[in-house]
Amino acid sequence: MPKIKIPPVLRASVGGEREVDAPGENVRDVLHGLVSAHPATETQLFGGDGELNRYVNVYLNDEDVRVLDGLDTAVGASDVLVILPAMAGG
Amino acid sequence: MSPSGAELIRKVKSEITETDPQVVHGLLNNGVAIIDVRDGEEWAQGHLPGATHVPRSFLESRIDGVVPDHAQRVILYCASGNRSALAARTLSEDLGYETVESMTGGITLWKDRGYEVEVPKTMTADQRERYSRHILVPEVGESGQQALLDARVLLLGAGGLGSPTALYLAAAGVGTLGIVDNDVVDLSNLQRQVIHTTGRIGVPKVESAAETIHALNPDVEVVQYQTRLDASNIMEIIEGWDIIVDGVDNFPTRYLLNDASVRLQIPVVSASILGFDGQLSIFKPYDGPCYRCLFPEPPPAELAPSCGANGVLGVLPGTMGLLQATEVIKLIIGAGDPAIGRLLLYDALAATLSEVKVRRDPDCPICSRPPESITDAEMGVFPDYEAFCAAAG
Repeated sequence: MPKIKIPPVLRASVGGEREVDAPGENVRDVLHGLVSAHPATETQLFGGDGELNRYVNVYLNDEDVRVLDGLDTAVGASDVLVILPAMAGG
Repeated sequence: MSPSGAELIRKVKSEITETDPQVVHGLLNNGVAIIDVRDGEEWAQGHLPGATHVPRSFLESRIDGVVPDHAQRVILYCASGNRSALAARTLSEDLGYETVESMTGGITLWKDRGYEVEVPKTMTADQRERYSRHILVPEVGESGQQALLDARVLLLGAGGLGSPTALYLAAAGVGTLGIVDNDVVDLSNLQRQVIHTTGRIGVPKVESAAETIHALNPDVEVVQYQTRLDASNIMEIIEGWDIIVDGVDNFPTRYLLNDASVRLQIPVVSASILGFDGQLSIFKPYDGPCYRCLFPEPPPAELAPSCGANGVLGVLPGTMGLLQATEVIKLIIGAGDPAIGRLLLYDALAATLSEVKVRRDPDCPICSRPPESITDAEMGVFPDYEAFCAAAG
């Protein structure tokens, strides 16, 4: 099952986990799997139009899904999705 | 009867090709190897721009390292054209170089013609000792150390990230460090901002940082900007610096810095920290992506907590700040693969350093356009800027 790496700002919404497993064959399904299990993540990941929020970067392994097929990008069982918000701390 | 020295030189000159300084002047930076065969002291007083120093006494042993291709055109010179004539004969007759010339009249005639001379900078005995461990590293060496001494690096913030970066860049001998910070030292800073001290609580951070840097390395000139970077002063402050180190603690300034640095085409070594996590990348305008290509929009305030609100492990900015300092030094000395087009992710709790690719956005509102077309009014602006700043307080 694909893994999702959870950034610090979202960990409170997933019970403090740093990494969760979520089923799915594309990015959309995997992220929706995350949202089903942890509804508090929905508004942080998705806008009202069902698209990823612009301020959330999602990588399939090390590649931005926006340069792949976006939410339709195929995900294999051994892949890792990295959710990456910007941080500004200095 | 053996010829006199003067007769030998005349004979050699008749057998080699001599080239006038005017012709050599036209060949500077033109793929021709220009070799100065004089002694070290003569070289130190000035040489032809772009020339390489191979003393005649080391000619045979060193020339292959400097000009490995024996078909490359080589022009030799000395003070007046005698030693270079003898050296030219050695290269062509003994070592098989195919196109070798000696510059007529040497550097003396070159100067008489009014052509420019480059005077190499030399380190003092103290500097050689101070930087000896750098000079021993092949990737740095004497030329790399000189590049560090000549470099001008601007640090935005003398806080968590800026403190370790400034300390190590100063120790490394970066000749001019600019520091922009409007804060004063606070007791709660000292858990991580190691350039400041307990005795300097209440002192402006730029002053405190300058004092520490001067005590560490008097070679370093510190330019203090005790101000908050904003749209009204950013162009004036950042212009003329070779590299900017971004350690600011808020999104509006990061976007503003991005836009101004793209406009002025200054590379930014950027890092950010929160909790146990750090991110680092170099944004080198037009060579790689910019900050907006990576993060087109900042997250809303509730997803963008600050270190002040959420805390940070004190060591973490040390780790990330020193990764920044390392990237700065690599850029200056031209060594290795800089973190351009890559975002490094340090997870201190997991003890992992991973990376993701960052691509240039062909539709980037800033770096998809020529730098001169970016206006003052656009700089640092992003959608919902007003709401963001209001929410951020």
